[in-house]
Amino acid sequence: MCLAIPAKITEILDEGHFAMVDVSGVRRKVNIDLLHEDIPDVNDWVLLHVGFAMSKISAEDAREQMQVLELLGESEQVAAEVEGYGHFED
Amino acid sequence: MKYVDEFRNPELIKKTCAEIKRRVDPTRTYRIMEICGGHTHAIYRFGLKDLLPETIEFVHGPGCPVCVLPMARLDEGLSLSENPDVILTAFGDMMRVPGTQGTLLEHKARGRDIRMVYSPLDALKLAETNPERQVIFFAIGFETTAPSTALTLKRARLLGLKNFTVFCNHVVIAPPLKALLDSPDMRLDAFIGPGHVSTVIGCKPYEFIARDYQKPVVVSGFEPLDLLQSVLMIVKQLNQEEARVENQYARAVSWEGNLAAQKAMAETFSLRPRFEWRGLGQIPQSAFAVSEAYSEWDSEKRFAIVKTRTTEPFRARCGEVLQGLIKPNDCPLFANDCHPEHPTGALMVSSEGACAAYYTYVHRQQGVFE
Ligand code: SF4
Repeated sequence: MCLAIPAKITEILDEGHFAMVDVSGVRRKVNIDLLHEDIPDVNDWVLLHVGFAMSKISAEDAREQMQVLELLGESEQVAAEVEGYGHFED
Repeated sequence: MKYVDEFRNPELIKKTCAEIKRRVDPTRTYRIMEICGGHTHAIYRFGLKDLLPETIEFVHGPGCPVCVLPMARLDEGLSLSENPDVILTAFGDMMRVPGTQGTLLEHKARGRDIRMVYSPLDALKLAETNPERQVIFFAIGFETTAPSTALTLKRARLLGLKNFTVFCNHVVIAPPLKALLDSPDMRLDAFIGPGHVSTVIGCKPYEFIARDYQKPVVVSGFEPLDLLQSVLMIVKQLNQEEARVENQYARAVSWEGNLAAQKAMAETFSLRPRFEWRGLGQIPQSAFAVSEAYSEWDSEKRFAIVKTRTTEPFRARCGEVLQGLIKPNDCPLFANDCHPEHPTGALMVSSEGACAAYYTYVHRQQGVFE
């Protein structure tokens, strides 16, 4: 559960509190309030954890992080987590 | 074990391993605790032990959030779902941890309204769409996860939500390390510091380990090369009888950490005087409660929680594995009663648990190679 997932920002929403991100083609809304010291822009890369952007990273680090998750055999779990954001059984 | 050539930078990995081999002093031990469960998983998955000299030993640390939560606390959380008004929400890992009367998943199957979420914000949304119900978020995790709960609490206040509370079980990484260092059984030489926790808290909270206990700490990334470089940095320090905090993972971790996250935590949480850890007992100032200012959103204030006296399963030795005193396969339940599909202890639940990692990468593979 301490996974950190690399995601690309595609849109800033709600006056800078949220952003739309893309993780391997899956688009989700995440919170970016933890990056207030260094607000990200469209096309920036961030690390996600439980629906929040934790830190900004370079595009190269993002690629590496994705490879680490693959090496660790966590790709499926990452996909499930990202797809799970915004979903709850109502 | 994987082959080095499958990793990124195989040449650099081979060079780093050669450098470590060249430098290790065969007459001494290098007992290195990797604090974070993510590192435990990576070390087993990558077969790093096989690449390193025998004098280097990895000891698995307490950095797995579901592993350190004592069963009594899980039972207390579960008791909240007895109330028919309540929707209890939790992360996936938490759903499979056995309590005295079974897991959250099993209670759900018996009719309790328990739901899995991937983000505390989704628990909040559930409260918004179910104004007639009380939504509780069963919060667990170290400082990696705590800021997310902190911001969710702030949002709950902003929205004026009256039907959302947090059952707070967030824990702090430094105090259990102090407890381990103070233990008379302690035989550790150095620490590999957690990567993601440190993006939040920075490197400063580990300074006491170097200063007061003269043990090196190297904050590390998760790639094979990261971990090997961290081991090399530790070997160099130990050989020179130095003890410093070093940051191998500077591409993600700064010395001060994420100040916005620290501020959100300071506002919404207060340190509990003490908190019970599985296997480690009561540790002072080692966990967060929801702060006074946010007590309206604190499940422990809103609901009467049934305090339980729970005894851990008979013969389970989770506590000793968590303290690094024994290896997972020294537990009599390992691979017999306790395995990943049917865990008896929490260390068998998530991929970050030492027992699950050992089972998946060592135990199962031994069967294949023998
Ligand atoms: S094998 Fe199971 S019961 Fe034994 S220490 Fe590991 S998790 Fe606990």
